[in-house]
Amino acid sequence: MSTTNKPVKTASRPTRTLAILALVLVAMASLVFIQGSTSVRLGLDLRGGTSVTLQPRIAPGDEGKVTSEAIDQAVSIIRQRVNSLGVAESEVAAQGSGTNRQIVISVPGDTGRRVVELVGQTAELRFRQVLASASGIPAAADAGATPAAGVSAEVNAKFAALDCTKSENLQGTGADAPTDTLVACDRAGGTKYILAPAEVLGRQISKASAGLDTQAGSAWFVSLTFNNEGTSAFGALTSRVTSLPEPTNQVAIVLDGLVVSAPRITEAIPSGNAQITGSFTQLEAQDLANVLKYGALPLAFDRGEVQQVSPTLGADQLDAGLLAGALGMFLVVIFTLLYYRALGFVTVGSLAIAGLMLYLLFLLLGEWIGFTLTLAGIAGAIVAIGVTADSFIVYFERVRDEMREGRTLRTAAETGWVRARRTILVADFVSLIAAVLLYVFSVGGVRGFAFTLGLTTIIDLIIIFWFTKPALVLVSRSKFFNSGHSLSGFSPKSLGMSVAKEA
Amino acid sequence: MSKLSGLGGRLYRGETSVNFIGRRRTWYIVSAVFVLISIGSLAVQGLQLGIEFKGGSSFTVTTTNPSVTDAREAVEEAGVTGEAIVQLVGDNKVRVQTGSLETAQNDAVQDALAAKFSVSVGSIDTQIIGPSWGKEITRKALYGLFGFLLVVMIYLAMALEPKMAIAAIIAVIHDVFITVGIYALVGFDVTPATIIGFLTILGYSLYDTVVVFDKVRENTKSITSSSTKTYSQAVNLAVNQTIVRSTNTSIVALLPVASILFVGAGLLGAGTLKDLSLALFIGLIVGTYSSIFIAPPVLAQLREKEPAMQALAKRVNARGGSTAELSTTPAAAVNGRGPRNQPKRKGRK
Repeated sequence: MSTTNKPVKTASRPTRTLAILALVLVAMASLVFIQGSTSVRLGLDLRGGTSVTLQPRIAPGDEGKVTSEAIDQAVSIIRQRVNSLGVAESEVAAQGSGTNRQIVISVPGDTGRRVVELVGQTAELRFRQVLASASGIPAAADAGATPAAGVSAEVNAKFAALDCTKSENLQGTGADAPTDTLVACDRAGGTKYILAPAEVLGRQISKASAGLDTQAGSAWFVSLTFNNEGTSAFGALTSRVTSLPEPTNQVAIVLDGLVVSAPRITEAIPSGNAQITGSFTQLEAQDLANVLKYGALPLAFDRGEVQQVSPTLGADQLDAGLLAGALGMFLVVIFTLLYYRALGFVTVGSLAIAGLMLYLLFLLLGEWIGFTLTLAGIAGAIVAIGVTADSFIVYFERVRDEMREGRTLRTAAETGWVRARRTILVADFVSLIAAVLLYVFSVGGVRGFAFTLGLTTIIDLIIIFWFTKPALVLVSRSKFFNSGHSLSGFSPKSLGMSVAKEA
Repeated sequence: MSKLSGLGGRLYRGETSVNFIGRRRTWYIVSAVFVLISIGSLAVQGLQLGIEFKGGSSFTVTTTNPSVTDAREAVEEAGVTGEAIVQLVGDNKVRVQTGSLETAQNDAVQDALAAKFSVSVGSIDTQIIGPSWGKEITRKALYGLFGFLLVVMIYLAMALEPKMAIAAIIAVIHDVFITVGIYALVGFDVTPATIIGFLTILGYSLYDTVVVFDKVRENTKSITSSSTKTYSQAVNLAVNQTIVRSTNTSIVALLPVASILFVGAGLLGAGTLKDLSLALFIGLIVGTYSSIFIAPPVLAQLREKEPAMQALAKRVNARGGSTAELSTTPAAAVNGRGPRNQPKRKGRK
């Protein structure tokens, strides 16, 4: 093993490997600079804010299964509600896998209860007859234009004043009682409506799908089927409104207090099978179909966890995390310097470069995948100092073993590497498995921990292959280390050898 | 320090040798006692579960004059009946923990605390856990645990040897038991952060075991072609050769964890950092122990049952002559210096 060509060949190019690593770091730093990311995105537990974790389940009174699509739909409904708060950097995301996902809402800053109240309501889908419609802006000229018959003055005034360009009017609240006459905007904010009480409910839909009508060119449409109750209710509604004048012959599909679509009813539909046509793109048709499907089986949300962290506590936690990191790093450096003497500097250098790489990755990932650093994430990174240093120890001890067998430092740096490499790969891979499984099977803070742990394990591999090993090979050529100086960490005495095999 | 490193050299060459494998009975008894205590305290006391598992609310007020009495009054004024735990955290915080409350009640407690301590509602750190949430995270943690054990076992069986995988997993289960037992015994709070800690220990404990086993594999690669060492002796030599490494990696892993524990518990009081690092701290120590005292002897026992290894032991014994009970006292035969390394009879103290 020790005299094969391969290790010797790699040994001749430690400088090149180091240069490549330096280039990679410079490239990462330039990317960071170009993207203009200046600071690591901090999680709410480090800067204050409210996070709510919701567990979706089937609304009471319904039977069926939570589907993946329903959760996606719920996420977009909640996102709409949260966006209406107008807080920058709010996030709504599903975490976990399959139908067991949780929905995590994070809103920075002090919004407190509003978030909690806003997100917990079940969003229902309803069909309502349109009584009046107008463009979304509150124009005085429009006010008296078409006050709908049978609508109170109060509602008319509300309708006139409604400004669909304002974000708070584009939020769903789940507060649209089915028996009320409703004033609502459409989702895009372009049109506002007065809507009659609900006549058909979302859960009376049994099927919905998007399709392509190949005969009429490439026109996308949405077809939907009602259950028994829905068929008669929808039949009654359509036969009543189809002969009415515009816009009262339209039926609005309202989800969470917002109009998703308001198709004109061209004929009475007693069969329970309807088609919605229009100039849909494929995406629009599929969106509408998904909304209808979701309406058939609305989700309720159990509040799993609500966490409100004040900015003061956030700052405290950040300080504590950084302090613990600095302290941990310091202790490890002291220990390696005491034990490995000058060789410890290779470890210190490796840790420093690993730290730099991690920081750059935090910056880049914050930009690319919205990575945010949480307290648990910081803890993961600190714990990883140990994992990273472990790899060096495995390698160094291996080299020392090789020297005990009588090899020179120069040879030992290579032969020891071949053997240590395996151990390190297997051990790091086990860490990686742990990190991935932790990530998959967890929510919230735990994920942050698992993510940084996995990330640092990968960095550990990069550093030991591209820095520690070539650095040690370089060092092994120097006179100081080869002479077995008592401070080099490779002195015969510290190796426990009675006779120096190589001077 | 150099004395210590000199020890590494003697251990490597087998001049100084601790008979880890031969004295496995001792280690097994020690571990069995610990595991029994763990099971006992789990059965009697159970784990002190945090509100994350039971459901409930926690409010922390940061104020210049924290007072348990004031906080209690505020909770009563808010109309919350039932048990509330009120405690001081650090020197400027007071924390109230209640059972599961309705949204309106949570708001009422927040308002009452804010009024009592003259702080804004937004400055109260609040955590509300739904009653069914605990089941959810417990279920996930268990999935994670079993998934991990399974995947790692398969991986180690492929990367190392199947019996090494079994021995490693036995050691890990041992670690989990004892760590959980310590939690039950001392009554430390178990929170989701603790669970993360537990799961991380698994990876960590295995890291050490992998280092030892890799050396074992190397030492035993062509063991049957010679008759110098039995399998157990080779394992013992490997443990002795890697012990410096294991100790150093453990120390280096413990240092950062200890500093999180120190800062987390000292500066922040209870919280994620403390819970996580405490579990890691205990688990690391137990893990280091098991990677030296439990995993290698179990492996040696498993492998010694193989006919090839028994034949090898016979050959070695024939050569060694007097060392008749070698399979249980391997290190002694390697260098045979000093009375400490004299072979002992099986089953005799």
